[in-house]
Amino acid sequence: MAKKRSDDRGQGLGRREVLECMVWAGTGVLWTVSGGVPHSLGMIGDALAAEPAGFTFLQMSDSHIGFNKPANPDALGTLREAVAKVKAMPIKPSFIIHTGDITHLSKSAEFDDADKVFSETGVPIHWVPGEHDIIDEERGKAYLERYGKGSKGAGWYSYDDHGIHFIGLVNVVDLKGGGLGNLGAEQLAWLEADLKDRSNSTPIVVFAHIPLQVIYKEWGWGTEDGTQALNLLKRFGSVTVLNGHIHQLAQKVEGNMTFHTALSTAFPQPAPGSAPSPGPMLVPADKLRTLLGLSTVSVVQGNKPLAIIDKTLAG
Amino acid sequence: MQISINQLRFAAARLVPNRGLVVALVLGPVMGAMLALGAVAAQDATKKDANEITIDNFTFTPKELTVAVGTTVKWVNHDDIPHTIVEKKTTFRSKALDTDDSYSFTFTSAGTFDYFCGLHPHMVGQVIVK
Repeated sequence: MAKKRSDDRGQGLGRREVLECMVWAGTGVLWTVSGGVPHSLGMIGDALAAEPAGFTFLQMSDSHIGFNKPANPDALGTLREAVAKVKAMPIKPSFIIHTGDITHLSKSAEFDDADKVFSETGVPIHWVPGEHDIIDEERGKAYLERYGKGSKGAGWYSYDDHGIHFIGLVNVVDLKGGGLGNLGAEQLAWLEADLKDRSNSTPIVVFAHIPLQVIYKEWGWGTEDGTQALNLLKRFGSVTVLNGHIHQLAQKVEGNMTFHTALSTAFPQPAPGSAPSPGPMLVPADKLRTLLGLSTVSVVQGNKPLAIIDKTLAG
Repeated sequence: MQISINQLRFAAARLVPNRGLVVALVLGPVMGAMLALGAVAAQDATKKDANEITIDNFTFTPKELTVAVGTTVKWVNHDDIPHTIVEKKTTFRSKALDTDDSYSFTFTSAGTFDYFCGLHPHMVGQVIVK
């Protein structure tokens, strides 16, 4: 593999070709934000080909450290491969957003392994928990002790960067029988207050583990009170929603809102309704890395829209 | 199946007073080990009893179970993904069950108990205790 890559370089492939190749391989989503109206340029957008004059950030998701079943016996190994992709990026992202399921079983050793590998990126990371990160004996204490500093409730928070308002939401706690993901009244009240004094022209990026919109109710792929959060965000000219959980790419543009789900770095899951359950999908070993990945978001200050580029590990 | 187990145990018990000593002397530990293995295998074959609920493909089976007061119900997870068992009014709540882990709860009072998976709440089931 390493030899092949150096051969490619020898053939003088431009950066664009190399990056397109990485896109097919599936490592992450690159985002560019500009002019306040987010809009996906698709999987092989021009965002990377253009020199990002603004800033970029990366979305990584569903690392499931500790998972060792047939669908991927080495989830830590594939995370290492993803991190190697990050380290090799020509322009380092400003930060990484991790949309949950860092670990498989919330064990200390799993969090330790994840932290060790992620720290190799040398990039700050903003986390939100997935349901797999809060199944320690004290239901979420382990996660909050590591990643909850400065957050509210079960770990939600917001911050500003390059004129964009980023909001990390938690929709994996206190789930109700028969229901979907859940934000809860306390978090929604916090969100309303958090947005209250912001102008409609502030670009918003909101991220959470389970999709805020209902993608497939039968498998629980959605958030029960997600619409209430989206209603609070409606007035903003540019809203980008980043989620994980479903271990596959799904993109949708609805008015001023762009929805995007990321690939996992651990194992793929089937398309909605295409299998008896949403559990890990077993694929031939040589195909696995084409279904794992990360996403880079490139934010260009100006009149260009936010762009997302997904990369797989196979590149 | 239950009948054959009883017969096996009964036969094994009979062996001991009658010819157990002779068998033990002649065949020694080999026969003893075979008898022990036979008993374990027979128990394994009946592991899935009437009061067991299995989890496969994010589904509880049976989805509804009726038991008598005092019955211990056991949930076993066969998925590659962890699940939890949470009663709607949190009468009981399991820890996370990884692949092949199980959780048991003894129902000491009559009633209808709706439960779900705390991680994947679209997974629901019901135990009726009479």
